[in-house]
Amino acid sequence: MKSEYKIIADIITENARVLDVGCDDGSLMEFLKIEKNVDIRGIEISKKKVQTCISKGLTVIEGDAEFDLKQFPDKSFDYVVLGQTLQAFINPEIVIKELLRVGNKAVVTIPNFGHWKVRLNLLFQGTMPVTKTLPNEWYNTPNIHMCTIKDFFEFSKTIDFKIFKSLALINKNVSIINSSNLPFKNLFCELGIFLIEE
Amino acid sequence: MNCERSKKTAKKVFFLPIQILAFDMNIKENIKTLIIKRPLKLDCGQIINDYPLAYETYGSLNENKDNAILVCHALTGDQFITGLNPVTKKEGWWSYAVGPNKSIDTNKYFVICANVIGGCMGSFGPSHINQKTKKIYGTDFPVITINDIVNAQINLLDHFEIKKLFSVVGGSMGGMQVLQFVSNFPERTKTAVPIACTSSHSAQNIAFNELGRQAITADHNWIDGKYSSKNTVPDKGLAVARMAAHITYLSKKGLQEKFGRKLQERDDLKFGFDADFQIESYLRYQGSVFVDRFDANSYLYITRAMDYFDLVKQFDGNLSNAFKDTKAKFFVISFTSDWLYPTQENKDIVIALNAIGANVGFVEIESDKGHDSFLLDVPDFLEALKNFLDKSYIE
Repeated sequence: MKSEYKIIADIITENARVLDVGCDDGSLMEFLKIEKNVDIRGIEISKKKVQTCISKGLTVIEGDAEFDLKQFPDKSFDYVVLGQTLQAFINPEIVIKELLRVGNKAVVTIPNFGHWKVRLNLLFQGTMPVTKTLPNEWYNTPNIHMCTIKDFFEFSKTIDFKIFKSLALINKNVSIINSSNLPFKNLFCELGIFLIEE
Repeated sequence: MNCERSKKTAKKVFFLPIQILAFDMNIKENIKTLIIKRPLKLDCGQIINDYPLAYETYGSLNENKDNAILVCHALTGDQFITGLNPVTKKEGWWSYAVGPNKSIDTNKYFVICANVIGGCMGSFGPSHINQKTKKIYGTDFPVITINDIVNAQINLLDHFEIKKLFSVVGGSMGGMQVLQFVSNFPERTKTAVPIACTSSHSAQNIAFNELGRQAITADHNWIDGKYSSKNTVPDKGLAVARMAAHITYLSKKGLQEKFGRKLQERDDLKFGFDADFQIESYLRYQGSVFVDRFDANSYLYITRAMDYFDLVKQFDGNLSNAFKDTKAKFFVISFTSDWLYPTQENKDIVIALNAIGANVGFVEIESDKGHDSFLLDVPDFLEALKNFLDKSYIE
């Protein structure tokens, strides 16, 4: 279980209708089903992972969130969850807009490229950072649109969505991000968790 | 749809069979038949009653009667899904998927399959005697639809006193029946698995079916469908229909890998029209074994039923409406190399279901075996089907 699962579960209300975009092996879906008794669906691009989800009895459709979210009607879910995948899309802007069209709210988690280790890595090594959470080389990484916590805040202003909650995960501890501690959090937080709305 | 399931390349050069006797309908002793008393108004307007519906069951129905799975067969399938088909003496058409501990586990589920009306394995079809004229129906048989087929099958559920199926499952034309079933009887199944199918038969598929029908009706032994009374069979036409259709069930890659340009028991080309290539011999073989077990008029009627299938049109252009009354959990499966019922057509079903917030899962299985993938040993498919059913059963 990833450490942010509990945080996501705390954000989502009991018995909600949830869509997990890029649901991977369905472990978050399973967790939310148990913790919050949600009615949850998943969409996943990897055939192998879809098979894993099916073997867990989860309702998942094979598809690409960038193209296949459009089949869901407006506001058909209470929450749409996008876990650590925004950076992998060709067009994150369209994806965010789609999440907010399909869901009343969206929970988006972002691996922070502004983390000090990443900054130091680039500063001293002079090469694109390879870390535990970002294990790929620049030429084969699926993460083509990395951003920092600060970038995401800017992004919310540019494409006009509201951030209701912003949480930072630092060494498995959760803390609130606000405008005064943003530079600090942007340096130390590994993962940002955001509850957003249109 | 390929019921002979991937035979090895025939050892001999096969020619189309010379002449076989009229299709033998005196094979009833191995066929369970239900005579349906309840009148059925067909889409063409005719009303039928007291008609036979042939079926087979596997496994046993539990006390709560909630472990039943209705399997719907494809164009040339029949009710003998698995094990030895007592009529053809060949392995059942879905032996890979159905049986003890298999995807559709007969230790666990009570599996029912009916021969479609219009078919030739005991159910009411064009080779039956018309009680009014005392002659074989032939082309006097009413044109039937997928809707009619499904409406006839519901009688089986009533016969077994099954209020709600655990699942309705089928590939190809069987998948169309699954869709129609859920649409007609939204509360009578817990889950539904349409495989490698479509909600609206495409122009390309109608074209292929028409090719098959033309081959049959062009055979001078077809005699306007009255071949039985003349003690003959349009075997050449039916074999050509089967050969053409068989190509559509495979993929280019699959064919290339299996046959390539390999020659059939010869070192060089013979500069004639014999089966020089293994693929030719294989197709001739497929044609020849098909005519032994299938009735030409049934082929005309069932392909027509497929062509007429358009659930989208039936619901005025909005497929979602076909499913708006059901709470059934769907699992749609397609195959990468299926160009007859391509992934997009299967996805259209998923899209329609998602549009109304239905419970639907979907996976496209990687396979180079073409449309026939669902009938063959494709482990990813068999596993997905098993997992879906077994997990849904305990929910």
